[in-house]
Amino acid sequence: MKKDLLGIGDLTPDEIYRILDTTEAMREIGQRPIKKVPTLRGKTIVNMFYEPSTRTRTSFEIAEKRLSADTLSIAASTSSAQKGETLADTALNIEAMAPDMIVLRHASSGAGHLLSRLCKSRIINAGDGMHEHPTQALLDAFTIREHKKRLEGLKVTIVGDLLHSRVLRSNVLLLTTLGAEVWVCGPATLLPPGIERLGVHVSTDIDEAVADADVIMMLRIQQERMHGAFFPSTREYFNTFGMTRARLKHAKPDVIIMHPGPMNRGVEIASDVADGPYSVILEQVANGVAVRMAVLYLLAGGAEGD
Amino acid sequence: MSVALDADRMGRTLTRIAHEILERNRGVEELALVGIRTRGVPLAKRLARAIHEINGHEIPTGALDITLYRDDLMRTAVGAQPVIRKTEIPFSIDNKSILLVDDVLYTGRTIRAALDALIEFGRPRVIQLVVLVDRGHRELPIKADYVGKNLPTSQTQSVQVHLMEVDGRDEVEIVG
Repeated sequence: MKKDLLGIGDLTPDEIYRILDTTEAMREIGQRPIKKVPTLRGKTIVNMFYEPSTRTRTSFEIAEKRLSADTLSIAASTSSAQKGETLADTALNIEAMAPDMIVLRHASSGAGHLLSRLCKSRIINAGDGMHEHPTQALLDAFTIREHKKRLEGLKVTIVGDLLHSRVLRSNVLLLTTLGAEVWVCGPATLLPPGIERLGVHVSTDIDEAVADADVIMMLRIQQERMHGAFFPSTREYFNTFGMTRARLKHAKPDVIIMHPGPMNRGVEIASDVADGPYSVILEQVANGVAVRMAVLYLLAGGAEGD
Repeated sequence: MSVALDADRMGRTLTRIAHEILERNRGVEELALVGIRTRGVPLAKRLARAIHEINGHEIPTGALDITLYRDDLMRTAVGAQPVIRKTEIPFSIDNKSILLVDDVLYTGRTIRAALDALIEFGRPRVIQLVVLVDRGHRELPIKADYVGKNLPTSQTQSVQVHLMEVDGRDEVEIVG
């Protein structure tokens, strides 16, 4: 592996499979009476979260603690970013205290790359703007593989706010690399220009996109990134693109429904689908800890050619 | 390269160890076998089978991966991390007599790591160590309770254990 994990684009198929296989072993640790191994003892990990996050931050913190690392978390709201310090300056100051790894969540695409250039610490991208969220795509792939025993040849349909979604980008890169047939679907106003060049099928008709799908991944409507009128109302969005039981009937009988969270119930997904028998949404969260343990372990060992 | 144990000798050695285990542990009810990955696991299963053939008892068998407990894990700055595999101990080890099984006993560091890993699953009454080969050169105060074969070696040599389940043949050889 390289020094940092900034995006799925940096990983070879072998490295992806290596992470997924390591995740398998890490998951067992979470089922023990003592959920801790001494592997990262003495390593310091700083979690810098410049955007609100419950799932990802908790998940990273639990993963770090299960590997016995010393960790601390900085939230933007309580950091000196409030006093006007730039990300680069904050990073250099933290770097001066010699942590081993930095986990960064930031609203600007490429924030992780900036830190990667400035810091000797290993950088893990926990979501940068509209660019990538690699550990989310890895935990999604792990969850799919667990249910379907494979990734290649599966029809995976991703529906929702495609324009603002870093989860979409990471998932498309990962799933197409491993040979899945990826369909993306959403309102024309929320289709990133040129998305078909990523090797995906594009549709604005949800019934076509969902037909015979093995996996359906719903994306959140990201109100906080929407500075414009992309659709008339959330109710109309739900009527046209929301996942309901009726729409689910067109998919394969053993379809699984995924959502990276946080969910807007009644906007992109109906409550009875989110809580229904096809939903693996909470499994995704559970697998997230094991995936992050795998990534931390594999990065901590040293990069090739380091 | 010389063969230290062939398939026939290996089979008889394991049967002998199974008898020794039964001799030293009166109540088989509290016994459990835990193999250290990779080759300790098939060896533990074979010992369970041998004990079953002798007295009809089923001894529970588990697998331990010690990678995350190794003391050299973060010391090499270069190179990829070793692959970790699943630890599977599908029974409680509390108050059990655990027989820890590995193929080769050398520096003792693997066993040190295995003891750390094992006691996180509970508090066994006793842990005993079973090895197919003891090649000497200990770096830690660790000693096996059951040894298949003592094999004097130099540190430049390498002892290679091949097992049917993993390598397609049963053989122990000394290389170098």
